[in-house]
Amino acid sequence: MSFEVLTYGFMQRAILTGAIIAILSSVIGLFLVLRRYSLFGDALAHSSFGGIALGLFAGVYPLWTAYGVSILSALIITKIKTRYNISGDASIAVLLSSGIAAGLVIISFSGGFTLDIFSFLFGSILLVSVNDTVVIAALAGAILMVILLFFRQILYSTFNEKQAKVSGIPVEKINYLLIILAGLTVVTSIQLVGVLLISALFVIPNVTAIMYGRSFKQTMFISMSFSVLSVVSGILISYVFDITPAGTIVIFSVALLAITMGIKSAGLLSKN
Amino acid sequence: MLNAVEISNLTVKYPEVIALDDVSFVVKQGDFLGIIGPNGAGKSTLFDSMLGLNTTYTGTIKFFDEDIKKSKTYHKSIGYVPQRPEFENNFPATVSDVVRMALEKKSDENKIDEVLQRLWIHELRNRRIGELSGGQLQRVFIAKALVNDPKILILDEPITGVDQQNIDLFFSILKELNSKNGITIIWSSHDLDAVNKLANHVACLNRTLFFHGESEKFFSDDELVKQYSEASMQEHMHHH
Repeated sequence: MSFEVLTYGFMQRAILTGAIIAILSSVIGLFLVLRRYSLFGDALAHSSFGGIALGLFAGVYPLWTAYGVSILSALIITKIKTRYNISGDASIAVLLSSGIAAGLVIISFSGGFTLDIFSFLFGSILLVSVNDTVVIAALAGAILMVILLFFRQILYSTFNEKQAKVSGIPVEKINYLLIILAGLTVVTSIQLVGVLLISALFVIPNVTAIMYGRSFKQTMFISMSFSVLSVVSGILISYVFDITPAGTIVIFSVALLAITMGIKSAGLLSKN
Repeated sequence: MLNAVEISNLTVKYPEVIALDDVSFVVKQGDFLGIIGPNGAGKSTLFDSMLGLNTTYTGTIKFFDEDIKKSKTYHKSIGYVPQRPEFENNFPATVSDVVRMALEKKSDENKIDEVLQRLWIHELRNRRIGELSGGQLQRVFIAKALVNDPKILILDEPITGVDQQNIDLFFSILKELNSKNGITIIWSSHDLDAVNKLANHVACLNRTLFFHGESEKFFSDDELVKQYSEASMQEHMHHH
């Protein structure tokens, strides 16, 4: 592979957009993983599939309907969980399957699978336009800004809800905020790896980083680095072998995790 | 002396039981109050109500004359040390990170070092919390409770799983906070001897408040001590 590939506009856009999404999803993902909400991203992505189908069916830009459905599902799942005392994993399972089911029904009505649907299922990072990149960058910037603004509150309520409450942090509101941000992030990330592989972006770099990091910020930084490295490498590898980038991105990040586990087993990492 | 805490006619009813029945007492500023009572006496319910975690009570709870149901800032005057510091064992946070979570003003960053030094755990500041012993963790959580300079420190039976040496250290820290720094302390405990040694006031709780006053008075009244011990013993036997 020569460096010529980096001069192509589509490749520059893919790498830039991919890196932005990598940073965003690893930051949100770290909070979700520590809250034992690892599959939450997956559930939101699957439910947003229903939203995408709805958009395609109604002739609206599918990601907009996906944003709506994703945020709505995030709020519903949280409400159901607390109101009816259903466990976290069960409510995630309900959301996950109902999103796909709704999507399938809508797609069947609109005449079956099209190319569009596949690009949402498996990502289409090489097809992003300048316009897409700008929108994604702006959205990511806004989400990260909100996280920075409420960083202590989100971290504290992730660490221990009860103690955060005692310290005067409005834990319920913070939880809703985080969940809405997760919903926005999931739909934004769909273009990179698609509905089916989103939880990989949320979970794998963080699980890896937790084994290295000492402080919280250090862990977050390591996770972002692994995430960006996986996305950029994955895109380049996929170009060389002419295969779909979603797969190579995720496999690259799994490889980083496997190497880390190897290092840890060899006793080279002293963490618990 | 100011009233640090004023509890009036506090009643908490659960569907099956009355957890607290018409409890009233006052804690003056600078007091060291030991709350004793058997398991299920309502100590946790009392604490949860004072900490704003349970709002389904009748009666009033005031900190420095402020009704906690009407105040949005009362939590600033209290520091809370939980019974068992609960967190994910692999949570990626250092000792400094944990104390920083509680810090109200970002500009007070140097207070973190200050409070860690005060509790002799400054050298642990960059250690990951999952690596600490029970005694060290306990001091980290006291540091966290103290970082905003609270006027009242509330401790929930906080010596489970800590060795004797650390318990002694913990006691001397509490004593110093109370006598030197003038922090009002409310401490729930099973350990009558320790309460006798440390607290200058005792509240004896068993759904109702059956004693509240100077600890000397309580511990010099054999009848009261016996009554408490019996109540506690029955509970103990009931549990085994």
